[in-house]
Amino acid sequence: MDGEELTEQETALYDRQIRVWGADAQRRLSKSHILVYGMKGAVAEFCKNIVLAGVGSLTLVDDRLVTEEAFSANFLIPPNENVYSGKTIAEVCCNSLKEFNPMVRVLVEKGDLSSFGGEFYDKFDVVVVSCCSVAKKNLINEKCRKLSKRVAFYTVDCRDSCGEIFVDLQNHKYSKQKLEETVECQLQYPSFEEAISVPWKVLPRKTSKLYFAMRVIEQFEEAEGRGVGEISVPDLPGVLKLKKEICEANSLNASRIPDTLLERLIMGAREFPPVCAIIGGILGQEVIKALSGKGDPLKNFFFFDVMDGKGIVEDISNTETGRVAVSRGLTLE
Amino acid sequence: MASEGHLSAIKGAKVLMVGAGGIGCELLKTLALSGFQDIHIIDMDTIEVSNLNRQFLFRQSHVGQSKAKVARDAVLNFRPGMSITPHHANVKDPEFNVEFFKQFNVVLNGLDNLDARRHVNRLCLAADVPLVESGTTGFLGQVIKMIFSLWQQSISLKGQVTVHIKGKTECYECQPKPAPKTYPVCTITSTPSKFVHCIVWAKDLLFAKLFGDKNQENDLNVRSSDATNSSEQAKDVFERRKDEDFGQYGRRIYDHVFGYNIELALSNEETWNKRKRPRPIYSKDFLSEELNHQNGNVDNSCLTDAFSSVSAMASLGLKNPQDKWSLLESTRVFLEALKQFFLKREKEIGNLSFDKDDQLAVEFVTAAANIRAASFGIPLHSLFEAKGIAGNIVHAVATTNAIIAGLIVIEAIKVLQKDTDNYRCGSIPFYLFRMTYCLEHVSRKMLLMPVEPYEPNKACYVCSETPLLLEINTYRSKLRDFVEKIVKAKLGMNFPLIMHGSNLLYEVGDDLDDDMVANYAANLEKVLSELPSPVNSGTMLTVEDLQQELVCSINIKHRMLLNFHSFQGWENVHSLTNLDEFDEEKEPDGMVLTGWTQAPAVVGNGGSTSNARQAEAEKDTEVDEISEPSGKKRKLSEVDIPNAADGTGNHKEVKELDDDDDDDDLVMLDDLDSVTNKKKRLQ
Ligand SMILES: [Zn+2]
Repeated sequence: MDGEELTEQETALYDRQIRVWGADAQRRLSKSHILVYGMKGAVAEFCKNIVLAGVGSLTLVDDRLVTEEAFSANFLIPPNENVYSGKTIAEVCCNSLKEFNPMVRVLVEKGDLSSFGGEFYDKFDVVVVSCCSVAKKNLINEKCRKLSKRVAFYTVDCRDSCGEIFVDLQNHKYSKQKLEETVECQLQYPSFEEAISVPWKVLPRKTSKLYFAMRVIEQFEEAEGRGVGEISVPDLPGVLKLKKEICEANSLNASRIPDTLLERLIMGAREFPPVCAIIGGILGQEVIKALSGKGDPLKNFFFFDVMDGKGIVEDISNTETGRVAVSRGLTLE
Repeated sequence: MASEGHLSAIKGAKVLMVGAGGIGCELLKTLALSGFQDIHIIDMDTIEVSNLNRQFLFRQSHVGQSKAKVARDAVLNFRPGMSITPHHANVKDPEFNVEFFKQFNVVLNGLDNLDARRHVNRLCLAADVPLVESGTTGFLGQVIKMIFSLWQQSISLKGQVTVHIKGKTECYECQPKPAPKTYPVCTITSTPSKFVHCIVWAKDLLFAKLFGDKNQENDLNVRSSDATNSSEQAKDVFERRKDEDFGQYGRRIYDHVFGYNIELALSNEETWNKRKRPRPIYSKDFLSEELNHQNGNVDNSCLTDAFSSVSAMASLGLKNPQDKWSLLESTRVFLEALKQFFLKREKEIGNLSFDKDDQLAVEFVTAAANIRAASFGIPLHSLFEAKGIAGNIVHAVATTNAIIAGLIVIEAIKVLQKDTDNYRCGSIPFYLFRMTYCLEHVSRKMLLMPVEPYEPNKACYVCSETPLLLEINTYRSKLRDFVEKIVKAKLGMNFPLIMHGSNLLYEVGDDLDDDMVANYAANLEKVLSELPSPVNSGTMLTVEDLQQELVCSINIKHRMLLNFHSFQGWENVHSLTNLDEFDEEKEPDGMVLTGWTQAPAVVGNGGSTSNARQAEAEKDTEVDEISEPSGKKRKLSEVDIPNAADGTGNHKEVKELDDDDDDDDLVMLDDLDSVTNKKKRLQ
């Protein structure tokens, strides 16, 4: 046990979760600072989860003004013009989140994340981005990686009834319980750019088709200069054409990415709230694991699809950056 | 997914949510966002501070208010057009009858107790309404120590969502469910060996004796008041004498239960032949000068905030609930808590029952359990841990509830689309910490795993008509024992009616005339073989619950009670049953009910595990107390899935999906596209 004790008030409020992850992890949570960008449904769910968990602070960045589309899957925005008119999405969400837990500081930052420098990112332990182009994901991921301190980087996207989470914890050390022993582990993560440049042909045959489909859509939007999600049914022929090209270039059988799946991803412009809840829950869990240094974190992609009901973890990285068990720790008690 | 078809199914649906707690808050939010328009919520609870870390619809200012009502108002803030009807009531109340349930298209459970779940299951079966059942399984009291600082004990958090549709899938009670552990009386009164035994003693015997209903049967002094003691005297020990101040009274109680009673127990040499002898503890061992010193401090306890109300810890300056108290500290908390009950809460004395949210009660029980533990050489525990054990607290976090709620809504939408023939994702247990076993199971890739639902169990006494068998001593057991321990406790009936042929032996109701009430009251006190219509070996009884519309038949078989004290060393239950006698240690009620499946002694709700991996995982972490032989987990591979109706051969590959062999993932994934095609009508 290090650091100061939890207050009586914290112990009472966090009673049930301290029983899950321990007082030590709770203290670490309360000293951590989170940055999120892009307040869509899954991110709103994530924010709720970690504000309830009792992180130190949460900073929101989303300068868009509130529209009807914004509150479709986001319960942080009351559909009342008097409340949201003239405010940015981040400002409205901030007000709602503050109420969930008075012990967490919730803040708004304005501006374009891509233009912020190292001294800005240095304030955070975790950065979560949503609705970002490939280029923006890469850029922010690299900014985090250049810092002297380790910042956990996540991307999260929900399209139709599918969701994707990407995780970069760089070099992550953690402990976990294996029977009666505490085992110290270490994981080496690739950046987003490194991960998506792993040639498809070296990936295992059973790699989730959602991984490939999401990359096709991403590349289509990038090539056409579209914003994230600015895609619809008339784009289908173009998307299918691109899929064929990418599969040929990667020597991947085109049937590994079903056309019906791509069609679904294009059609579902609005997020599906139950998927947001699931993706936001898994992401919250992962961030808590990363911050507390307890338990096996995801490496490095997670996919959920309502159609088959599966939540699948994929490790998309070069083979040499695998899991390394460093040493066996002390046995507890 | 967001097609017109599913939107209209959602908009036209009338949904009943039972429970507005951890899962309930998340569920109501996700239902509202998904477009549901007409929702009823039943929850009898009011909001507490320890709810606020996950029940995000509630604020500090709502503490004490109805969960159902506050949840409604909170959701109307972001979905003003919805119709949400809150019921601040117990789902077991008679107003929620079969007619009430029939108005809904689907029922969604977010409950935290077995009893209410069984009740809702029966009403859904009777009303023929689909039920989506859910639960997060935290760990249980008895293993709290293991996970206390170890979140990554993967099994510590898991959840499950299952769809129950009458005649199509298994009902909630088709498979054994975990039931609260009960302990043999003598383990609690005389020979505790675990901390939980000390907690049960402190809570159910000592606390109940001092502050609860004086007329309740209480075994606290059973073993100590032998024939040489005047029974009058033994009763008076716990009464405060007129001239006695609270300090003297507390010390007298202390010395009696931790000193005198232990001495008395020690005098029975036989008991301690193979056991470690306990140590009697007297207050004078610690408190020669303490007492006066304490009196001055009492007033400090008035300086309390919302988090601690009346507290002995606060007035003694003990702050951290995670500290283990010394024996001296436990002694001081014991005496101080006892005194504060009399000084500040005297009106409640005689009516109190233990409540995990009653700070003073938790302090008293923690102190008493620790003193007893010290006496018996059992490791001491902190208030935080003791509270978890005493209150059967299930660990809970927002993220798990959010995920479960998302899965429930997905299943509910499928149910509403009448997609019942294609329940491929009918049951989705998931493993948030799946990779905890990573060194052995690196290849496992699934955090959320869909599992094929099961067919109804043809021998289920709830959804089929299979009779039960009860082995009972018909010359010794009273009708009251049968009603309380079997009909209510095991069969979960609230308003039972018991018939032998056409003769009514017992019933409950408002419309009974006085003669009948007197008659039934008299029957309760009779042993089975002496009832007006005698119940003997071979008798078949019919038991019915009018509210649940559940009827079951019970065949009676007479059996003797074994005197377990002479067989203490015996461990093999089977050799005992061969003697046609009961082993009190294994069957504390002296009755054996078969057909009703006894579950493993796990508090919580993870019992319906229907796959090999989960069962295997649980094996690793189950503690020695979980050993009921009939509570064996089903392995999926052992279960025949006879649902050949859809003829797709779909089942086989799903079945393999559960197996540990990683190669099966290949089989399954190769078929994903065809599965997706089959599922297309969902869109
Ligand atoms: Zn059944």
